[in-house]
Amino acid sequence: MSTIEHHADAAVSPHHDGVVQTGEGSQELTSRDLTAAAERLRELGAVLRMSEADAAQAELEAAPDDETMIINMGPQHPSTHGVLRLMIELQGEKVLRTKPIIGYLHTGMEWTGEELGYMQGSTNVTRMDYASPLFTETAFSLTVEQLLEIEVPPRATWIRMLMNELNRMSSHLLFLATNGMDMGAVSMMLYGWREREEVLRFFEKVTGLRMNHNYIRPGGVAADLPDGWRDDVLRLLELIPPRLDEYDVLMTGQPIWRERLQGVGAISTEEALALSATGPVLRSTGYAWDLRRDQPYLAYDEVDFDVVVGTFGDCFDRYAIRLNEVHESMRIVRQILEHLPKGDYRIQDRKVTPPPRARIDESMEALIHHFKIFTEGFKVPEGEAYCAVESPRGELGCYIVSDGSSKPYRMHIRGPSFYNLQTLPHLMHDGLLADAVAIISSVDPIMGEVDR
Amino acid sequence: MTDETAPASNAEEASDDAAPEPELCHGVPVTRSRGQRVAHPSRARLVELVRALHQEGYLQCLDVTGVDYLAHGGDRHLPEGLAPERFEVVYQLINHGTRERIRLRVQVPADDAVVPSLFAIHPGTEAPEREVFDMFGVRFAEHPDLTRILMPEDWVGHPLRKDTDAGRIPVQFKAAPASR
Repeated sequence: MSTIEHHADAAVSPHHDGVVQTGEGSQELTSRDLTAAAERLRELGAVLRMSEADAAQAELEAAPDDETMIINMGPQHPSTHGVLRLMIELQGEKVLRTKPIIGYLHTGMEWTGEELGYMQGSTNVTRMDYASPLFTETAFSLTVEQLLEIEVPPRATWIRMLMNELNRMSSHLLFLATNGMDMGAVSMMLYGWREREEVLRFFEKVTGLRMNHNYIRPGGVAADLPDGWRDDVLRLLELIPPRLDEYDVLMTGQPIWRERLQGVGAISTEEALALSATGPVLRSTGYAWDLRRDQPYLAYDEVDFDVVVGTFGDCFDRYAIRLNEVHESMRIVRQILEHLPKGDYRIQDRKVTPPPRARIDESMEALIHHFKIFTEGFKVPEGEAYCAVESPRGELGCYIVSDGSSKPYRMHIRGPSFYNLQTLPHLMHDGLLADAVAIISSVDPIMGEVDR
Repeated sequence: MTDETAPASNAEEASDDAAPEPELCHGVPVTRSRGQRVAHPSRARLVELVRALHQEGYLQCLDVTGVDYLAHGGDRHLPEGLAPERFEVVYQLINHGTRERIRLRVQVPADDAVVPSLFAIHPGTEAPEREVFDMFGVRFAEHPDLTRILMPEDWVGHPLRKDTDAGRIPVQFKAAPASR
C-alpha cells in the first residue's frame, strides 16, 4: 500500500469496523467520530476506572466533536523533554484525550546490540538513558554475568553501587532542574545543572567521560577508582546537602510551587500497577516497591536506606520523592565509603577479562587471550535471562537471548520511561492544559530510553 | 550469588530440590533458566494463565518483547513436547507480595503470527505490544490500537526480524570540492 493511499484510508475510516487487523494505521490522535470505541476508552483512561456501561454513558455526555480541538505539542517543544510529541484533545482549557507519539529518537539500538559483541555491548546500551547511563550498563552486565554464571569480585560490586548511587543523584538533580524550568523557576534550572555538573566532574575523573561512560562492563568495571577519589566523593557529600536545603527553601515550602503541583496529575496505586508504571511514579501512590530493597541486587542488602514513598500520587509527591531520594543516595554513598572492600575491580577470568597490559609482554597465554577477546570476544552459553535494576525512573530490565556465540542473539532493554509514558493520558485526563507541562515533567521521561 | 537480580529463586529453592519431575504452573509447563522461572503457555492458554496469575498476585506485567528465532541454531530450552516456532513473545510478570517473578514464553508460528492481547488484564501492555508488532510483525488480537509505534507509519517490513536486511539506504558520494 503506498503512503498516499494509506493516508487517505486512514482519514476515511481506520477502525470503523472494529477489526483489529488494521495494522499500519495512523499513529496520530484522530477525531472522536473516527476513533473506535475501544481505542477511545483507552485514550480516556476509562478502562481502568469504569465499567463499559459507565464509560459509554460518559461518552454520551462528552462534548461533540465540533466543540473540541486537537492540538499538537512537540516534538520540539521546550518542555517535552526531548522529542516527545503529544496530541491533546481539548475542550476549552480542559484536556480530554492525550496520545503520546514516540519514535522520533528511534535508532534501532536493540538491533545494534545484536551486532556488537558482549564486550562492546555496554558501549551501546549506555547511550539509551543518557541521564543515567550507568544503570543501563549495570543491567546489561548483570544479565551477561548471569548467563555466564560468573560472580564478580566484591570490590567491583561495591564500585558499581557507588557509581549507581552517584548517578541516581545526578539524574535526580537533572530532574529537579528541568522540573523547575517547566514550572517557570528558571533559577532552579541553573542550580540543578550546577550540582549535577559536580557529580559529572567526578564521573569524568573515574571513567574519562561525563556521560556514556562504558565503565561498568560484564566481569566488573573498566578501571579501578583513581587516586583521590575518596576526597572527591567526600567533597560532593559536603557540597550537595546545603544546596538541597536551598532547594527546599526555594521550592518545597513555597506556595506557588505547591499550588502548581499539589493535586495535579494524580494516579492511584491500582492504576499505576495496571499501567506497568514503576519507580517514583509507582512509589508516589504510597506503594513501597523499590528493587534495591525488595529484590536486592549488587550489595544493596548490606546497606541501610529508606524507600521514599508519597501519599497522593500527584506531581508534588513525585517531586518530593526524587528530592528525598538524593538524600537517601548520599546515605548509601557514605556507607559505601566505609565498607568498600579491597581486591580486584574485575573478575580474574581470562576468558572474560582482557589481561593487564604488562602481562602481554611476558606471557604467551596472555597475548592469546588478549587477541581472542579483542577479535572475536567471549562466547556466552546458550540460554536466556532477564535482570532488572532500580534506575532513577523505575525498573530497568535487560533481556538477553544467547545462541552460544559471542554476540547476543537478542538484546532487549525494558526502559522504565517507555512504560511510564503510558500513564500520561491518564494523568492529564480532565486536567488543564497549563498543567500538562507539569505532568510531563513529573513523569521524567528520557526519550533516548523510550525510543531506543 | 550476591550479584544477581533474581532473588525470586530463593523462595523456590526448596520446591526445586523436592520435585525433579516437570513443574507445572496452573497446568502450564515450567522450566528454569539460570534460576529464573519460565512458563511456556500455548497461545490458546495464555490469557487464561495470565488471568490466573493475576488472581494469584502477579499484579504487574513489566515487559512484553519478542524474539525471532529464525537464525538461532542452538538449544532453545523448551519443555518436552512443545514444538518450537519461529517467533516467541516473552512476558515478564511480577508478584510484589511474594517478591517473585515469572517469565512467559509463547511460541508463535510465522504463518499465523497472532497472539491474544493482554490489554484487558494489564492495560500497561498497550505500548509494548505495539512495539512487538512494529518490530516483529506479530499481531495482537483485541488490541485497541495496533499501529506502529517506533517506526514511521509508511515503513515497510519489521526491522527486528532476522530476515530483514540492514543498511539499504543508498549513499550518494560526491567528489571532493576542487581546491581554489
